[in-house]
Amino acid sequence: MKHIISALVENKPGVLAHVAGMFAARGFNIDSLVVGRTEDPKLSRMTLVVIGDDKVVEQVRKQLAKIVPVVKVQDFAGQPVVARDLMLVSISAPADKRSEILSLIETFKGKVVDIGQKFVMVEVSGPEAKIEAFIDVCRPYGIKSVARTGTIAMPRQTKTEP
Amino acid sequence: MKSKPGTSSEPISESSIKTGAQIIVDTLIEQGVDTMFGYTGGVVLPLFDRLYDAPINFINPRHEQGGCHMADAYARASGKVGVMVATSGPGACNLVTGLATAMMDSVPVVALTGQVRTELIGNDAFQEADTTGITRPVTKYNCIVKRVEDLARTVREAFHIASTGRPGPVLIDIPVDVAVATCCDDGAVGMDLPGYRVRTKGNARQISMAAAAINRSEKPVLYVGGGVISANASEEVRALAEKAHLPVTTTLLGLGSYDQGKPESLDMLGMHGAAYANYAVQECDLLIAIGARFDDRVTGKIKTFIPNAKVIHIDIDPASISKNVRVDIPVVGDARAIVAELLKEVEYRERKPWFKKIADWKEKFAFRYDREASTIKPQYVVEELSNQTASEAIITTGVGQNQMWAAQFYRFTKPRQLISSGGLGTMGYGLPAAIGAQVARPDATVVDVDGDSSFNMTMTELATAVQYNLPIKVCILNNGYMGMVRQWQELFFNKRYSKSYLSNPDYATVARAMGAVGITCDEKSDVPKAIKAMLEEKKPCVVDFKVEREENVWPMVPAGKSLDEMDGLDILERLI
Repeated sequence: MKHIISALVENKPGVLAHVAGMFAARGFNIDSLVVGRTEDPKLSRMTLVVIGDDKVVEQVRKQLAKIVPVVKVQDFAGQPVVARDLMLVSISAPADKRSEILSLIETFKGKVVDIGQKFVMVEVSGPEAKIEAFIDVCRPYGIKSVARTGTIAMPRQTKTEP
Repeated sequence: MKSKPGTSSEPISESSIKTGAQIIVDTLIEQGVDTMFGYTGGVVLPLFDRLYDAPINFINPRHEQGGCHMADAYARASGKVGVMVATSGPGACNLVTGLATAMMDSVPVVALTGQVRTELIGNDAFQEADTTGITRPVTKYNCIVKRVEDLARTVREAFHIASTGRPGPVLIDIPVDVAVATCCDDGAVGMDLPGYRVRTKGNARQISMAAAAINRSEKPVLYVGGGVISANASEEVRALAEKAHLPVTTTLLGLGSYDQGKPESLDMLGMHGAAYANYAVQECDLLIAIGARFDDRVTGKIKTFIPNAKVIHIDIDPASISKNVRVDIPVVGDARAIVAELLKEVEYRERKPWFKKIADWKEKFAFRYDREASTIKPQYVVEELSNQTASEAIITTGVGQNQMWAAQFYRFTKPRQLISSGGLGTMGYGLPAAIGAQVARPDATVVDVDGDSSFNMTMTELATAVQYNLPIKVCILNNGYMGMVRQWQELFFNKRYSKSYLSNPDYATVARAMGAVGITCDEKSDVPKAIKAMLEEKKPCVVDFKVEREENVWPMVPAGKSLDEMDGLDILERLI
């Protein structure tokens, strides 16, 4: 099962290496890892997507919490969260296909951020499944390159999206 | 606690302006350090200059690995934090085995390493190594200090982290320019560790559940690990065993936490543990683990481990709970505090059939060896040593057969009496460990029960023992093999003794060349005399016992087998 784990860590050199090293040393798999600053300049947030059974994920959570500069660890499994990925994708868009592609982008609430002679670059954000779906529908046109962030997440107050 | 240096209302006095090196030494002394181990080198010269007239007993090993093992054993023998200093690059790299040893056995060590100047870091400078990168997986915490203002706080944090919670090694890397830079140090900068919390008090409900389970149990076993020794909880555990009437088995590192002379003692369990301990564990209905981590050398095949038992697990490390074995009643916290609480709620139960069964197993499967043999049996040497030292000596070991025979045939009665590399299994640990233990306990008899191959790895440290007049003793159980490897090759590889034989020097001559006393013992009848002479010696002394070459350690749970599927029981029974 996929778990989204959020770790608040001290904003210090070596913390990322420590976390990544722990995963490698203990044979845990990271599906994605995102690190960014928080509202507090002394803290960063790492959001990790981990695949494993409950026993493995429990160990991941405990081993993370054990790392000295890791301040707080939360496993979002089983609670309502907003989870988002961001993707930049460059799609082959010759003149005769362009309007078709633009309407696809609109359907996915994507944003064209660059238009060249042969390619358009699109910014799409949303749940991981939406990103995957967008890649699938674009594939027939030809994808030049993809850059994705991995998942960030935050627990929500209400049960579902408004 | 927290205050920024230089912001207090008091004027900055001349004396509070210090160099980094001075701050390190002052903070070490503030932390209660009176003994340290270390090896000098280029970038640590400013620090060593401050140590020149510091009130610290300083031991200079022959190799940084040895020094790190000494600091580790000093910590294990004394309960204090062991301190080791090394220079950058090769010096720091040589600490890795020592740090990993301390990490696996949860030993509080603070290592200080020098680093090249800040502006050279990353430039492949002379004697530069990425020390924090290399040592991160083998330390509880490590960091590099790039501002002199952060030094005092970091040293305080290092001691706190090393010695609290589940103890472990901490390394601080200090660039040489930070050691010579100056700042104001008023000794008041507090720690800043938002991510480090230690839970010491156990959950009261969990403790009550544990007590109820103990009171209900017909066939309980108390399974005690090294955590009980590091938590100084041996007294409480003994009281628990007595009050609730529980049989007690210990891990290798738990030896000494319970008096092996008592009838309730099941001695050591595991791969080369007592058959009666392994049988009792496999048959118990309640396993009470305290400060132990269900290591694979203890559990055997995990799928068939304790088929009928509920598990209580008392441990300071939440990550140890349900890591290898599913736990029914976890209690996270300090073993001493938790067992003291548990004591209030447990009741005495006779459990006659259970103790009768245990007594029968103990009788039938006691550790035995062939006393009639004409050769020197290694077990005989250890047993004789145990008798002649009245089970009072501090024993260090190498790794392999020597270690297992020391564990099986020395009778441990007190905590901190056995000092051995359990988790990492570091050959070469015994001699430097004996030195570290002797420094910690100058009046104790310290004996390294070693193997020839283990001793070969670090024997250069004999010169350290001579230099500091440390009267350590070394019993080499010399079979001319890497004995445990040879045993496995005999049992599992068709007696193909591939690369497990070494041509050894004459150890007595080596000892004498280094200024120690050397004795060779190759006759069985000379063993008591040789041990007596060794124990009476005031100098470091090495005895080379030419033991039976192909003796095996029994019983043995072959790798991958259940804990109660032991080989060698027929041999033990034949020897009754």
